[in-house]
Amino acid sequence: MNTYAELTWQALWKNNPGLVQLLGLCPLLAVTSTLTNALGMSLATMIVMIGSNATVSLIRNFIPKEIRIPIFVMIIAGFVTCVQLLFNAYAFGVYQSLGIFLPLIVTNCIIIGRAEAYASKNALLPSIYDGFIMAVGFSLVLILLGGVRELIGQGTLFDGAPLLLGEWSSVLRVELVNFDESFLFIMLPPGAFVALGFILAIKNSLDSKVEAIIVPPVEVEKPQRARVSKVQ
Amino acid sequence: MFLSVSPSPHHSAQVDVSKVMRSVALATVPGILCLSYFFGYGVFIQILLCIGVAIASEAIILKLRKRPLSDTLKDNSALLTGLLLGISIPPLAPWWISVIGVGFAIIVAKHLYGGLGFNLFNPAMVGYVLLLISFPVTMTNWQVPLELSQYPITFMDTLSAIFTGVTTTGLSLNELRMTVDGITMATPLDTLKTDLTLGLTATESFAKPVFSGFISVGWMWVNIAFLLGGAWLIMQKIIRWHIPVAIMATIAVMATLGYLIDPDTHGGPLFHLLSGATMFGAFFIATDPVSAATSNRGKLLFGAMIGLLVYIIRTYGGYPDAIAFAVLLANMTVPVIDMYSKPTSYGHSIKKRGNNE
Repeated sequence: MNTYAELTWQALWKNNPGLVQLLGLCPLLAVTSTLTNALGMSLATMIVMIGSNATVSLIRNFIPKEIRIPIFVMIIAGFVTCVQLLFNAYAFGVYQSLGIFLPLIVTNCIIIGRAEAYASKNALLPSIYDGFIMAVGFSLVLILLGGVRELIGQGTLFDGAPLLLGEWSSVLRVELVNFDESFLFIMLPPGAFVALGFILAIKNSLDSKVEAIIVPPVEVEKPQRARVSKVQ
Repeated sequence: MFLSVSPSPHHSAQVDVSKVMRSVALATVPGILCLSYFFGYGVFIQILLCIGVAIASEAIILKLRKRPLSDTLKDNSALLTGLLLGISIPPLAPWWISVIGVGFAIIVAKHLYGGLGFNLFNPAMVGYVLLLISFPVTMTNWQVPLELSQYPITFMDTLSAIFTGVTTTGLSLNELRMTVDGITMATPLDTLKTDLTLGLTATESFAKPVFSGFISVGWMWVNIAFLLGGAWLIMQKIIRWHIPVAIMATIAVMATLGYLIDPDTHGGPLFHLLSGATMFGAFFIATDPVSAATSNRGKLLFGAMIGLLVYIIRTYGGYPDAIAFAVLLANMTVPVIDMYSKPTSYGHSIKKRGNNE
């Protein structure tokens, strides 16, 4: 596998930040009550990750090793502030419903983890791709969890999508089941814990099967025996 | 499968799980009859529905976990979980309430923790709390006792109300909850709580039709019936007296203190002991051998903690009754209680801290 294929495989399945590294659990559990919120959080995380990975990669040779972590945090905080202001300006509804979790992206371990583990050691393009694909891996989990919770919790999908995507997207709203009362447990963070647990269990049970498809088992070349003792 | 319910030294004969579960189920019969006398056929339908769902979910999860099916089903533990949850659910709650609650209790609270004997929390109460925080409106809508109800309700009406939401004559659940005065009414515990927040005194609240004197209509007899069933269980040596007595004593002491301090805002000890799920919880829920404390001293502490929590949540909390929350919170403390209340084994003296000789 070349670098990009390897990065993709690691980010989307093998080392998925949401399901395997279990990083960024705070936004994962707190803001996935609806699909729209999950999408908003995904978008914000992705912008921050691409930006911070690119910047860290560009200046990686000028950062003194001893104080690299504070520098990374300041870079990330800068990007988070930009994203927060952008959301405030263009998607105010989502800005309000994400609330404190938007500025809290600063503390999301995935972002600083990729800056430290990948961007600070690699060239610009692979770092940007790493930021992008890791964010995609995280977003897929966010969106899956958001979709499942919204569906079980209130029987809809894309409720409130116009807040994020503009007026046209109100056609996206699907109401599959009409509940008299929403299933509050699923809508609250404890329900996110239980749902995430089930998704983890499904992922783990599929692990070996998926791995067999993606990574063909490597034939280990057996060393030839130097001497063959004959039994007579 | 054998279940040893006492810490060493073991003396009493071993009883098997299946028999224990069967006896506990049998002991709930007076309480169930009494409940159905006051609240109608809904009680029976909910219990049967819950037992059915419990056994079905147990079979499904056993199949998924590749465990032997018939042996585990025969131990009656799923049946008991269904039964206990069926008693706790309001008699006219819609059917999917029971399905969600029992399914969660068996699959998540029991089997995802490792099955019978490994569950940290009482499965029936986990299911109940899930329902209570998810559907607070439905779960706190208990029907009024039949003698106070405006509409007589037949068996077919009940069945239809549970499965379709309206009776055969087209009455909704809310209309069924109306009293002869045409007002809907909450349970006694709920009524007292609401009235106190509205600025009424306890005495004024007790003048309402849901009370006779200061005793809750219907609920008193339900509690007495569960008390009788529980007493039979203690005589049969299925459960020990420590947990129920500790719960009742703590509630009585706390309620007496509250009543002495300010009778206008507190129900008295008899009101607390004979309302809501006090007796049912004390004898049937808190005594679950898996999730309760083990030693006798530990059981007393465990029971006292439940009693205290019940009184505090009932008086100051947001929910009218508190058995489920109290039992679950106390379940969390069981490992610590067990660690510090280990009985000394025969022939050993109590080891003093810091004395290694």
